[in-house]
Amino acid sequence: MSNEVKHREPLFHIAKRSSIVWWKAWLVRLGAIVLAFFFSAVLTVLLTGENPLDVFSSLIKGAIGTNRRIWVLFQNTAMLLCVALAVTPAFKMKFWNIGAEGQALIGAMATAACMIKLTGVLPAPLLILAMFVASVVSGAVWAVIPALFKAKWNTNETLFTLMMNYIAIQIVSYFSGEWAVPKGSGKIGIINGDTMEGWLPVIGGKNYLLNILVVAAITVGMYIYLKYSKHGYEIAVVGESQNTARYIGINVKKVIIRTMIISGALCGVAGFLLVAGTDHTVTRDTIAGRGFTAIMVSWLAKFNPLYMVLTSLLIVFMERGAIQISTSCGLNNSFSEIITGIIIFFIIGCEFFLNYQIKFREKEGK
Amino acid sequence: MIAAFIHRAVMQGIPLLFGSTGEIITEKAGHLNLGIPGIMYVGGISGVIGAFFYEQSLNGAPLNGFLAVMIPLLSSLLGSLLMGLIYSFLTVTLRANQNVTGLALTTFGVGVGNFFGGSLIKLVDTDMPSITLTKTSAFFSKTLPFADELGWFGEVFLSYSFLAYAAIIIALISSYVLKKTRVGLNIRAIGENPATADAAGINVERYKYLSTCIGSMIAGLGGLYYVMDYATGIWSNDGFGDRGWLAIALVIFAVWRPNISIIGSILFGALFIVHNYIENLSMSDQELFKMAPYVVTLIVLIAISMRDKKENQPPASLGISYFREDR
Repeated sequence: MSNEVKHREPLFHIAKRSSIVWWKAWLVRLGAIVLAFFFSAVLTVLLTGENPLDVFSSLIKGAIGTNRRIWVLFQNTAMLLCVALAVTPAFKMKFWNIGAEGQALIGAMATAACMIKLTGVLPAPLLILAMFVASVVSGAVWAVIPALFKAKWNTNETLFTLMMNYIAIQIVSYFSGEWAVPKGSGKIGIINGDTMEGWLPVIGGKNYLLNILVVAAITVGMYIYLKYSKHGYEIAVVGESQNTARYIGINVKKVIIRTMIISGALCGVAGFLLVAGTDHTVTRDTIAGRGFTAIMVSWLAKFNPLYMVLTSLLIVFMERGAIQISTSCGLNNSFSEIITGIIIFFIIGCEFFLNYQIKFREKEGK
Repeated sequence: MIAAFIHRAVMQGIPLLFGSTGEIITEKAGHLNLGIPGIMYVGGISGVIGAFFYEQSLNGAPLNGFLAVMIPLLSSLLGSLLMGLIYSFLTVTLRANQNVTGLALTTFGVGVGNFFGGSLIKLVDTDMPSITLTKTSAFFSKTLPFADELGWFGEVFLSYSFLAYAAIIIALISSYVLKKTRVGLNIRAIGENPATADAAGINVERYKYLSTCIGSMIAGLGGLYYVMDYATGIWSNDGFGDRGWLAIALVIFAVWRPNISIIGSILFGALFIVHNYIENLSMSDQELFKMAPYVVTLIVLIAISMRDKKENQPPASLGISYFREDR
């Protein structure tokens, strides 16, 4: 054996940081984003053979090149942000709800169902109210089912919510067939395209303005809820340690169920906004993966609703820009997913340097 | 008719079996890799890229059987290994959140698959209209001899390509290794309680890397099988669909045992296609049938949590990163 070999301290070891100055933390994050940009730029140039500056300019053009594109950017950001806000309370509680996709989709389905079945039955304002209520309730129901099982039997929520996504998707596919217009096309198509009944009103002549305002209000509300309300405090404690929560008299099961109802209801709102305010139809791709991207947005922002505005804007900006790059170079649209993936990898990776520090071995003989 | 049904069910099930075997190995070491769907895409497209360049380099000359199989196989393994390395570097070395990393990996992997699937032809400037690797596929879908001569027996048991048998053998070996060997014991110990395993002198990081990367490579083969055999060498974007998620569902269905996964994958495959065999189903009713695998999985998930039997639970530290100094 090698007992006689003098024990050498390893070159470096890793220790947990107690805290990090806020500006240093942001510097590290900024560095990661810059690195990610650089890496994506190299990749783009390698794949397309274009001048990097051209690539960069088409990125910017794609995201904010025209008035319309700016609105689309804000609209997409708002929608992503809405789902991200929805998953945040659950995540803060360390309840790994990856079912936002399904919860929002079932909300979207409920909205569309009301538009199809209740048009003509209810007057327009009541119709919108019914759509809203239906979406909120169905989103909440979709979220509370896994929560009930988690609270009662400790059923793994990640896997449960994941399965619920696909059940929701199949339900939408089912109704897309049943209510297809024209029959047999497998698509619901634009609902009430002629009367615009059940469509959210256009305010200030801007199509998506109402959506954006609603999400802005939710952002502020969620910030206050998490930071200043008793509920928010309970969520934080349960997230840190369920035992501590029990010890100080918090009913953990109740908090889990209540928080998931809120989370699901907000997902339902996202579905409502997407159907009533944007698409005016529902397909199995209405949520378009936002339920999953939202988890990353929320996590990257450290569950802070205000930072989430920035992270969702960053992701959507890159997405829109990359779509433009791929169009102008005749490449496939999925290029944007690659770029999004790379950026998230870098930001995830940099968290390590915020939470831990690397201590190098001190010089020998000291 | 029944033989044909079983044959189709197995063909559907094999990619799921690869995916779930890979995921089980990863999860047993405590890592919930939600990147499996992306890894399977990358496994598929890497194989396609390898085969594509090999076919291109020959300019229409006949393919060498050995190379035609080995090049896609190795490039597929390499692609999914790289994905596994990204995941394990982020979650093991940098201790990043596993759910977030996995989801990002899926976004990335599906993007890579669809991007190269859609752009490969443009990037290399050929006159091919789309990626059709029928020649390579012919080698991948070779069945056993006598499959046609033995009637239903041949169709049910012998009519698959070598990758399908490989999937079953790999699942059996994984099952054996996890259950009966020292390596398997160590992996399971880490998944249950990494701190205890560490104290017992097991190199936790090395095992986590190992199980994640091997798991990814096995899962990637599912993508390769899908595109080369099932889809006869024709890549279509998003063609692989949600099979990756179904593979993760299968892990639960098989209560973390690769050998049960074999039966489970065939059952899932059958549930996936059963709507084609029921007469007078409307298009929308077919969609309801496609829900079945997910519903069945949910029922199993609920049942195992209610029965609360120790040996059927997910690994205790599943999804939690391990840091030695946290103890």
